[in-house]
Amino acid sequence: MISNLINRKIFTLLKVQYSNMLEYRVEIALWAISGIIPFFMLNIWTNNNLNESLNISDVLLSRYFLCAFFVRQFSVVWVVFSFEEDSLMGKVSPYLIQPLNPFFRYFAQHLAEQITRFPFALIIAFFFFIFNPESIWIPNLGILLLSIVSTFLSFLIQFLIQSIVACLCFWTEKASSIERLLFIPTLFLSGLLAPVVSFPTYVKSWIYLTPFPYLIDFPANLLSGNETNISGGLIMQILWIFLLFPLFKKTWSEGTKKYTAMGS
Amino acid sequence: MNLRKYLKVYKKFLHTSLASELEYKANILVDLITAIFSLIGSIFLLSIFFKNNGYIGGWKFEQALIIQGIYTILNGITNTWFNPNLTEIVKHIREGTLDFVLLKPIDSQFFISLKKINPSGFLEIMLGFFLLFFCIRINQINLNLTFLTLFLITISCSICILYSLWFFISTTTIWFVKTWNAIEVLRSFLYIGRFPLNSFSFSLRIFFSVFIPIAFITTIPSEVFLGFSVFWKILLEIVVATIFLINSRKFWLFALRFYSSASS
Repeated sequence: MISNLINRKIFTLLKVQYSNMLEYRVEIALWAISGIIPFFMLNIWTNNNLNESLNISDVLLSRYFLCAFFVRQFSVVWVVFSFEEDSLMGKVSPYLIQPLNPFFRYFAQHLAEQITRFPFALIIAFFFFIFNPESIWIPNLGILLLSIVSTFLSFLIQFLIQSIVACLCFWTEKASSIERLLFIPTLFLSGLLAPVVSFPTYVKSWIYLTPFPYLIDFPANLLSGNETNISGGLIMQILWIFLLFPLFKKTWSEGTKKYTAMGS
Repeated sequence: MNLRKYLKVYKKFLHTSLASELEYKANILVDLITAIFSLIGSIFLLSIFFKNNGYIGGWKFEQALIIQGIYTILNGITNTWFNPNLTEIVKHIREGTLDFVLLKPIDSQFFISLKKINPSGFLEIMLGFFLLFFCIRINQINLNLTFLTLFLITISCSICILYSLWFFISTTTIWFVKTWNAIEVLRSFLYIGRFPLNSFSFSLRIFFSVFIPIAFITTIPSEVFLGFSVFWKILLEIVVATIFLINSRKFWLFALRFYSSASS
């Protein structure tokens, strides 16, 4: 009975958000295009033969960056920006009255956006293969499923981190600048611009303890068939989720106690 | 055109927007830390590239740092003037408040391009200049008057091109209403400006000098800095900047003919 209710809620939320997202197809296509930085990086890597000392062939490297592009496409999170706007505009108050945590709404929004984004990502990948026909490959089904799972886990980690930052909106008006600060290490350490194996040893010694390499580097390595520790990576991802979730619940409950609606 | 009037109005703009931005002092601090981290991150990325190779596209590490410095200055200028103002255009058009701007006895392009200012970008500009001074020392560049004038000319051309690119995209708001994402696409392309143009493959180099002249924005000023720029390149940049500026003006006037205010 209860699970049925939750199912129905999630299903309705997804359906509403999906039709909402379909309205903004062009916008989402532009989002997809703005994520092509990994391809420019690949161009620098292969054009200057930087990968020779790493023992990664051109083909494997191009697959890595394509997968990095895909993982990034399906783990983009912007909840803090939506939440900040909603809380400044006073839209959070009606959400709080509803018997549903407002973050479910944002969560459904992100999932629906990913579904809308999927065809555009495929088109970009198609163009990528036209220019790099030698890098076409078909991962086996098990690996594909595992990498979908790890991409989803990466999305969850980022969603939780950003939701914690979003809850700071209850205390400060501009939480999004904190998010922009957090985005910098995500950009440089997650493996979006350079695979983590290429990092100098003084960074590699501690980076695997942080959540960053599990956001893009790990799922991308998994999908592209590069060497990686599968069970270790998945365990670390799940560990980080278990660490972040209570933290989110804590900030949320503290924040809602602190919340005073607009104009009070 | 009454220059004195415009200067007086601009003083008022500065006063009001500084007063409102300084309300968020902690925000400025966070933005400064973000700018520093972002610079450290891109130098880290450069060092990874140069770990395996002494030269990238014919540039040494010390020389590539100049590009970082110039990029940081330009990014600071973007964050100080272009970004806050031109995102405001979107708001003006969506809410119909552009009417009030058009009714004012002042040039509308002047008003919407310079109304706001974001002081945290200043710190980024300073950061960029520090890096440039450091580069002057490590590259043993001797300063003389011709070098300084050429540098000033090229960098102001870069600023003009950058402004026109931002302004073009923001102007299209008059037709599309939401162009937030197009700006995001531009930002991700501009990211390429952090690296020497020669490090990319031939086709990308063409793309980034013909369609989106990012090549002109950072590479030519850096070449001037190192003293190996050719005269025709500087001349070409001046021509491109003039064309961009004139067209941004024409495009704005053209777009205004299609502006029909909100809900009409």
